[in-house]
Amino acid sequence: MLDQRNNTTLPDGAGVGYKPQHFQDLLHAPGAVTWLEIHAENYMSDGGRQIAQLRHLAEHFPISVHGVGASIGGESRLDPEHLARLKKLVDWLNPASFSEHLAWSTHDSAFLNDLLPLPYTNETLTRVTSHINEVQDLLGRKMLLENPSSYLAFSESTWSEPDFIREVARRTGCGLLLDVNNVFISATNLEFKALDYLDAYPLELVEEIHLAGHDEDADELGRKLLIDSHGKPVDEPVWALFDHVIARTGARPALIEWDNDVPEWDELENEAARAIAQMEHVIADQAQRVSA
Amino acid sequence: MTQSSLIKTPSRTTVSQSAFRTAILNAQADVPEGLVNPDGQQASKRFSVYRNNVVHSLSEAMLTGFPVLAKLLGDEFFREMAKVYLRIHPPTSQLMMHYGAALPGFLESFPGTLHLKYLPDVARLELALRRAYHAGDADPIDPAALTELDQHELMEAHLTLAPACEVLQAKWPAKSIWDFNMADGPQPNVGAEDILISRIGFEPRTYLLPDGAAEFITSLLKRRSFGTSLGLATSNTPDFDLAATLTILIAAQAITGIDRK
Amino acid sequence: MSKKTVAILGAVTAAVAANAAPAFAEDNEKCFGVSLAGQNDCAAGPGTTCAGSSTVDYQGNAWKLVPAGTCETMEITDADGKKHMGSLEATEMNLPS
Repeated sequence: MLDQRNNTTLPDGAGVGYKPQHFQDLLHAPGAVTWLEIHAENYMSDGGRQIAQLRHLAEHFPISVHGVGASIGGESRLDPEHLARLKKLVDWLNPASFSEHLAWSTHDSAFLNDLLPLPYTNETLTRVTSHINEVQDLLGRKMLLENPSSYLAFSESTWSEPDFIREVARRTGCGLLLDVNNVFISATNLEFKALDYLDAYPLELVEEIHLAGHDEDADELGRKLLIDSHGKPVDEPVWALFDHVIARTGARPALIEWDNDVPEWDELENEAARAIAQMEHVIADQAQRVSA
Repeated sequence: MTQSSLIKTPSRTTVSQSAFRTAILNAQADVPEGLVNPDGQQASKRFSVYRNNVVHSLSEAMLTGFPVLAKLLGDEFFREMAKVYLRIHPPTSQLMMHYGAALPGFLESFPGTLHLKYLPDVARLELALRRAYHAGDADPIDPAALTELDQHELMEAHLTLAPACEVLQAKWPAKSIWDFNMADGPQPNVGAEDILISRIGFEPRTYLLPDGAAEFITSLLKRRSFGTSLGLATSNTPDFDLAATLTILIAAQAITGIDRK
Repeated sequence: MSKKTVAILGAVTAAVAANAAPAFAEDNEKCFGVSLAGQNDCAAGPGTTCAGSSTVDYQGNAWKLVPAGTCETMEITDADGKKHMGSLEATEMNLPS
């Protein structure tokens, strides 16, 4: 595994969200897993075990730093203290990728520890654009923006989500992280067709894909409400959407996100192996069709 | 895809993040108008997903961050208490590893816990252990270096202590309570405990300090000289045991540098 | 050498002798491979990744509950060997001086 470190891009293979309980497995039996993702905020300490583990893993795997606290969609200005911590991490780690969410989490100095939704209007477009520019300028690198999972809509929205994301990317030059599970969740919850979303979404800008499991609930009217829980295997319809995306984008770095009820390594590695197998299958299929 | 495929009865009610935040943290508050289901109707239960995510993630972060308090109070009580706490003290930092810093004061006035007078000190210890876990790394000196100084050099020297080092002067037996709950320690005795928090490698450790040692170490942490710190300790504690105190500091791998002036 | 000097340097020597040379923090897997309980990503880190289901009761009702952990069984023994239950009223337990 040594000497595979590549700080410029993630490999077009399978990664997993890093959990400390899998540290030994990753070093000795990584299987299908060729890269790792960490939550930036968990590694903003000065030292200690988690930093030591990360430093060691980074010698063996390309790392994707995934922020969950920058509040890109926030009304208030980005927290300079937080940005400084982020820059410190990105500077020493020099990760293969940095991504954040189309969401907000901080307002009136309260950090709510969740990815909260924003309306898609000209006003929020300007704000998100300026925040992404600020982050990219500070870090001196392109960031990837991830689409959210939605439970409700804003009546004030004037842009569709794919159009909004396309315009943000056009204005900022940022890349995209497409969370296929989030598309499926939002499509179910807001009753649109996931395939329509993907048709409108700028797939050509996708540099990373997320896959995860979700829970099923219902709203007060008995309508299906999917919850982005990251605590289960990837659902079959999400795998099908993944095939659909790969057929259009080609192979991409694909991440299994499993953050609650984290399974034993073998089960997580199996999910990663399936992502690889599906990518290879879709691409082989296409090659066959071209040559036929 | 057009917006009309998402929203069938568009209106233009704007939802400020201030209103959103207020409704998240107050379960009795109305869900802001303008948050809708696919038919454009008010989305109450859908909003509660966010309410729940916030409350759940913060209370679980608290539960994991205060394992001894959770054990003392029981998980169910602790979680419910955390739900009250997080509404009064939502995080002000994105770093969940340090969330709960205001808990000691909260425990002193929360009706369910105010009779358990020792809880705030236990909370302080658990917070210090977390800070130590995430503190910067520093290698301890070879203690033999201390014996290479003559009396004058020693008194003038400044000892650097590890970033993980803290002193907690607890009115209650916080370390004994921690040990009893987490390390099969004996039943705690009544009494104040001066505690050194340090880290061996990556493991936070605690040490009971003899009289005067807390003052000596706190003075060293303030970058006062060895001699000044010793003077402070002995003036208040005439029988201050320097050998015992240094033995603990060395065992705790707390001394990471000697600056000779 | 004054008596005081002997005492201070003697204390240093005794303290050093009482400790074997410290093991320096080793940069190896064995050392940092195992994580402290409660330091996993979910607990230490933010995100919807720690979300529960929407059906969980998010309205605090702590006032309905009484503590029910080890504080009920923990005995704190005072200097006279007298045992106090951990949840006793503060007035029953002497404030340490």
